[in-house]
Amino acid sequence: MSSADLADLSDKLMLSTVVLYIVAMVAYAADLGFGPGRRRRETAEAEAVSTAKVLVGPDGAAAGDAAATGPAGASATGDDAEQAEPRDWGQLAVVLNLLGWGAHLGTIVTRGLAGERWPWGNMYEFLTAIAFAAVTAYLFVAFRYKARFLGAFVMLAAVIALGVANIWLYDEVGPLVPALNSYWIAIHVSAAIIATGAFTVAGAATILYLFKARQEARQQVRAAAADGPPLAAGAEAGGLLARVPSADNLDRLALRVTMFAFPIWTAAIIMGAIWADEAWGRYWGWDPKEIWSFITWIAYAAYLHARATAGWRGRKAAILSLVGFACLMFNFFGVNYMFSGLHSYA
Amino acid sequence: MNDTDIEPGTAAPPERQAAEEVPRPRGIGPLGWLRWAWRQLTTMRTALILLFLVALGAVPGSILPQRGQAPEKVDQYFKDHTVLAPWFDRLSLFDVFAAPWFAAIYILLFVSLAGCVIPRAFKHYRAMRARPPAAPRNLSRLPQSESYETGATPDEVLAEAREVLRRRRFRVDVSAADATKGGAAKGSVAAEKGYLGETGNLVFHLALLALLFALGLGSSFGYRGNVLLTEGNTFANSLSRYDQFMPGREFDSDDLPPFTLTLDDYRATYETQGPKRGQATDFVAKVRYRETPGSPEKSYDLKVNHPLDVGGAKVYMLGHGYSPVFTVRDAKGNVAFRDAVPFLEVENRGLTSEGVIKVPDAEPEQLAFYAILWPSAAVTEDKNVTSAFPAPLNPMITISSFKGDLGLDSGTPQSVYKLEGIGTTLQPLGKDGQKIMKPGETFTLPDGAGSVTFEGLREWMSLSVNRDPGRVPALVAAVLAIVGVVASFMVRRRRVWVRAAAGKGGRTVVEVGGLTLGNPTSEFDDIVAALRGPQERPGTDAPGTDKAGDGETKAGDGETAASATESEE
Repeated sequence: MSSADLADLSDKLMLSTVVLYIVAMVAYAADLGFGPGRRRRETAEAEAVSTAKVLVGPDGAAAGDAAATGPAGASATGDDAEQAEPRDWGQLAVVLNLLGWGAHLGTIVTRGLAGERWPWGNMYEFLTAIAFAAVTAYLFVAFRYKARFLGAFVMLAAVIALGVANIWLYDEVGPLVPALNSYWIAIHVSAAIIATGAFTVAGAATILYLFKARQEARQQVRAAAADGPPLAAGAEAGGLLARVPSADNLDRLALRVTMFAFPIWTAAIIMGAIWADEAWGRYWGWDPKEIWSFITWIAYAAYLHARATAGWRGRKAAILSLVGFACLMFNFFGVNYMFSGLHSYA
Repeated sequence: MNDTDIEPGTAAPPERQAAEEVPRPRGIGPLGWLRWAWRQLTTMRTALILLFLVALGAVPGSILPQRGQAPEKVDQYFKDHTVLAPWFDRLSLFDVFAAPWFAAIYILLFVSLAGCVIPRAFKHYRAMRARPPAAPRNLSRLPQSESYETGATPDEVLAEAREVLRRRRFRVDVSAADATKGGAAKGSVAAEKGYLGETGNLVFHLALLALLFALGLGSSFGYRGNVLLTEGNTFANSLSRYDQFMPGREFDSDDLPPFTLTLDDYRATYETQGPKRGQATDFVAKVRYRETPGSPEKSYDLKVNHPLDVGGAKVYMLGHGYSPVFTVRDAKGNVAFRDAVPFLEVENRGLTSEGVIKVPDAEPEQLAFYAILWPSAAVTEDKNVTSAFPAPLNPMITISSFKGDLGLDSGTPQSVYKLEGIGTTLQPLGKDGQKIMKPGETFTLPDGAGSVTFEGLREWMSLSVNRDPGRVPALVAAVLAIVGVVASFMVRRRRVWVRAAAGKGGRTVVEVGGLTLGNPTSEFDDIVAALRGPQERPGTDAPGTDKAGDGETKAGDGETAASATESEE
């Protein structure tokens, strides 16, 4: 295949990716809205109340063994029921998502082959790769932490990102500008992409956390007024939030993903500094991009510290995390289009 | 949310937690106030506020032009905003990162950080050397616990426990069953592991302090300078040869290594086809250099991302452009000027450039020229000349001539890229004083003022030469910071206690308890399984180990293995 054919294929795969993500987003939303898990969740929560001490199951296999006798049996059989369910919007969504992910990967690979270089040499490619990293990070937490409820939100973010990339940032396949022609592009830019993708997933979980925490607080007030048990009131709650796990869990998920992304972001900044030292003769020169990477880093560092400080945990920490995410987004869009600096490759 | 929910590495140390409970002191004297102020400064709340201020303070540095990066843009800002600019300047907003207020914030932050981290480091050092804490009275109340009966004697069980835990690299403290200590510690093994988490946390914070010092070291003892060098010319590293030089406070001009560098050939390669036609793909400068005037000459291909190390300094390629070569003869026919004149680009797609030629030696009157260069001249549909390509495929210049006084003797420094006094001291030679020329052509000036010959094109490159003694320390500190933060996020402190006592019927009752900072892992279950040995499989759930969650199984130090959504399904 010639370079032009590959570039053409990349563009077509991009279209498939966007379509698949949109359909997956609808399926995820349907799963949240009237998925089979809703009723089961209510029973599972009732079980949880009856159990004196809800701790994390340290061994999934053992939980399965114990299913026949233990109080945890309800949740394990619930799992089986989900697998047996023929019309599961969630599973359809995951399959569509995986197909879209494959097309997305293909988009990036063919683009790289067409240009015979790393496929993140301009803003279009960079944003495409960030969306890919976000979807990958989501798929990881979806399988690892059963965080499928994030699907609709991450798909929305990915579709917006790919839309922006295609409508405003699209650029033909071309050679790298000499400044980017270094093996550091594989290291520094990849780290920035992975961290940004993961921060996006953390951001989605944090936004959900804020909504869920507010809902839970209201329910507690209502339950206290009705003098009923708070968890029973939670089960009655409608809306898309019903299938979303508790605020505490969301908070912990967001923290975990941030704890994954933060060292990578730190490494991205430092490797950027090493590259800057090779390319521009200084490792830190307060270029706008450097400033905003630094501000983003500080915001997330503040979040991690606030998360562990009495009086800051919860809502305040979550807001700090979102401030960090806003800085990250500004670093991507604002810095490249509002300021002129050494990172202006657009 | 209880304390065990805190992830490793993100837990605030107790001395930082107490911030809000400290009451405002009354009548404690100046020393008391100092101590109070110090305690306030080292709280996490203060640290968070200072972090926030650093971030906020950095913002104007990205919005307003900065002297350190773009002094010419600062000058322009002063011209455009005559009212605001002086006020901004008073607040050091054009030198944010060298501003006293910015320094105040980050110094306070680092003092706060040191005030917390250094005592913690000592405490951690002592904790690492101390015995693991003795077993609590009731192991079944711990987040993870298990108990079983076995035929082995208590001493055998404890010896085995010690062995198992040692093999898992726990630090183990044993108090034998028949020891006279008594109390809860009697007949138990206490083990602790995972000090690396706190070590990593401390290393990360100390590395940030070290990074700050490395930055300071570099900016005090280093230097940086910019030079423009045209093909065929040689640069000798001395202060007078720099176009721009920024020394650190402690810089000594003897620190400049006495190297020389000659630019033989500058090659820029451009994309010739497709939608990206004209985009640069490669820049190579063929240079020759000597480390000292007496040392042998070496050659080097200087490129972007590929600097030259010479005598402790580093030489970088920054920019490039064209230097047309001109010969100017004055009214008497003498050669008053013959040199390559660096032109600056005015447009980057076709590298259209402009420049001036100053001929102070022309007689009877001084001559000056302003010229525009089109490397690949082409005529557009509306009959304007543009440059269609950045490489010199069809170089042409248009030149305008002036005569009079250049004002070079007035004492005011002048830019070599600009003519001063046009219309006052310098008079244009009118329409006849303008011409479009190709290389090799000579233009005879009107009124017998002389002539100018466009001999050809050479290229120039701009170089940055610098030495930064903070470079290596900064790199080491940065790498340590990453290693530290990763270790502090991955490794959690955990404790395991095993107690064995004689039970009914000659059997031994074994109790095992586990406490992990952060969420419990399956490591505990592996330890229990190893203690029980293969013959005794767990039949039913022991009290205290609830299996409500599902799915999280991976063991090991680095796993944040716990369900984030345990109540979802």
